[in-house]
Amino acid sequence: MKLKKDSVIERIWNGIFVENPVFVLVLGTCPTLATTTSAINAIGMGLSTTVILALANLIISALRKVIPDRMRMPAYIVVIASFVTMVDFLMAGFTPALYASLGIYIPLIVVNCIIMGRAEAYAGKMPMIPSFFDGLGMGIGFTIAIFFIASIREIVGAGTWFGMSIMPAGYVPVNIFVLAPGAFLVYAFLVAVMNKLKIGAGRRPKSEWDPTVKVCGECFSCMKIGMCDKKPEECEETPAQTIAKTKGTVAEAIAKPAEAAKTEEGKEA
Amino acid sequence: MAIILLAVSACLINNVVLNQFLGICSFLGVSKKSDTAVGMGGALTFVLTLASLVCGILYKFLLQPFGLDYLKTIVFILVVAALVQFVEMFLKKFAKSLYDALGIYLPLITTNCAVLGVALINVQKNYDILTGTIYGFATAMGYMIAIIILAYIREKMVYNDVPKSFRGFPIVMVTSALMSIAFFGFSALK
Repeated sequence: MKLKKDSVIERIWNGIFVENPVFVLVLGTCPTLATTTSAINAIGMGLSTTVILALANLIISALRKVIPDRMRMPAYIVVIASFVTMVDFLMAGFTPALYASLGIYIPLIVVNCIIMGRAEAYAGKMPMIPSFFDGLGMGIGFTIAIFFIASIREIVGAGTWFGMSIMPAGYVPVNIFVLAPGAFLVYAFLVAVMNKLKIGAGRRPKSEWDPTVKVCGECFSCMKIGMCDKKPEECEETPAQTIAKTKGTVAEAIAKPAEAAKTEEGKEA
Repeated sequence: MAIILLAVSACLINNVVLNQFLGICSFLGVSKKSDTAVGMGGALTFVLTLASLVCGILYKFLLQPFGLDYLKTIVFILVVAALVQFVEMFLKKFAKSLYDALGIYLPLITTNCAVLGVALINVQKNYDILTGTIYGFATAMGYMIAIIILAYIREKMVYNDVPKSFRGFPIVMVTSALMSIAFFGFSALK
């Protein structure tokens, strides 16, 4: 299907499938793992992130010509943190039970890489309408993905779905799935399945998305987001990457220790 | 005694990465080699302890007396960002050797959710400034233990014959899951 670039539908489609933040970009790992203990938690987290993402994108895009380039990051942080504070209070007031179970992870939406990443990669340079729908699409994509993970965890780990018992009477819940290790396992196996079937994360070349491979790369899947004072296109290699490059992998270091020693001596001299 | 219990609990029982999922990005990203893992752990310990101290003081003497509680998320994230910049400049100027060891990891810490998370937990649980700082230090120790163990496992994992679709991200997550199960053993310490 061919969609017009930056149109409303293309942006939403992009967020849900093409650049799904959880399964394709592998961003926002913390909330993905932490708030997927039950389907209802995941929906709550997903929707609050969606609202913040869409509104923050809208405001950042509206202010993109006013914000000086050097003060970009602090300005984005303030906009995002304001919306997070609002959502925090709204949830505390209207959905106290959900608020109690999500706890600390609501204010921590501020440091969710997806939001900073979209501000940097899209909303900072595009008009308001596409930016808003970009945020909306990304948020929906995030919600669907964590809802999927949470459903697996809740059904296997507790035998329930949205609190209703759905497994046959004799089913003994595998408790570990609702505990911390279950989150790691479910996410690991889903990415492995995608690698096998060449969908989602498996569709992209590994060096492009795998967070275990690189420290900081293309700016918007980078941990330095929020600190980096450069534009993505001016991004250089980080010192950590340079170290990784000069020292190579362990296997390489063992294969040619003499060479490595030589180059190091040369550097010192 | 209560403080020691709190520290052990923050460090091992409620491990920040393996149990509370804070700071996962850097946990996965910087754990490829043991020496970088040590550097990252050291830098985080430094910043997290300092940040919980500064945020604690600000909250107690500025936000609370003026009834500005609701600004805490905004204030804390800006304080952490400014603090990291400041520490980086300070170390560069006055402690060159420390800067060489930790400097490159400092910029990676601002958006590490562990730092903001600890500052917010301190407020939520009403810790006083000293307890909050110790809690921050113990949390950072927990992070350091976890990332160093993972780094050593990953160095050995290079020689393993991992199934093709599990290479990279999935196998690291499986390793973290097993570590997380192992850390459950500490809950008997309570």
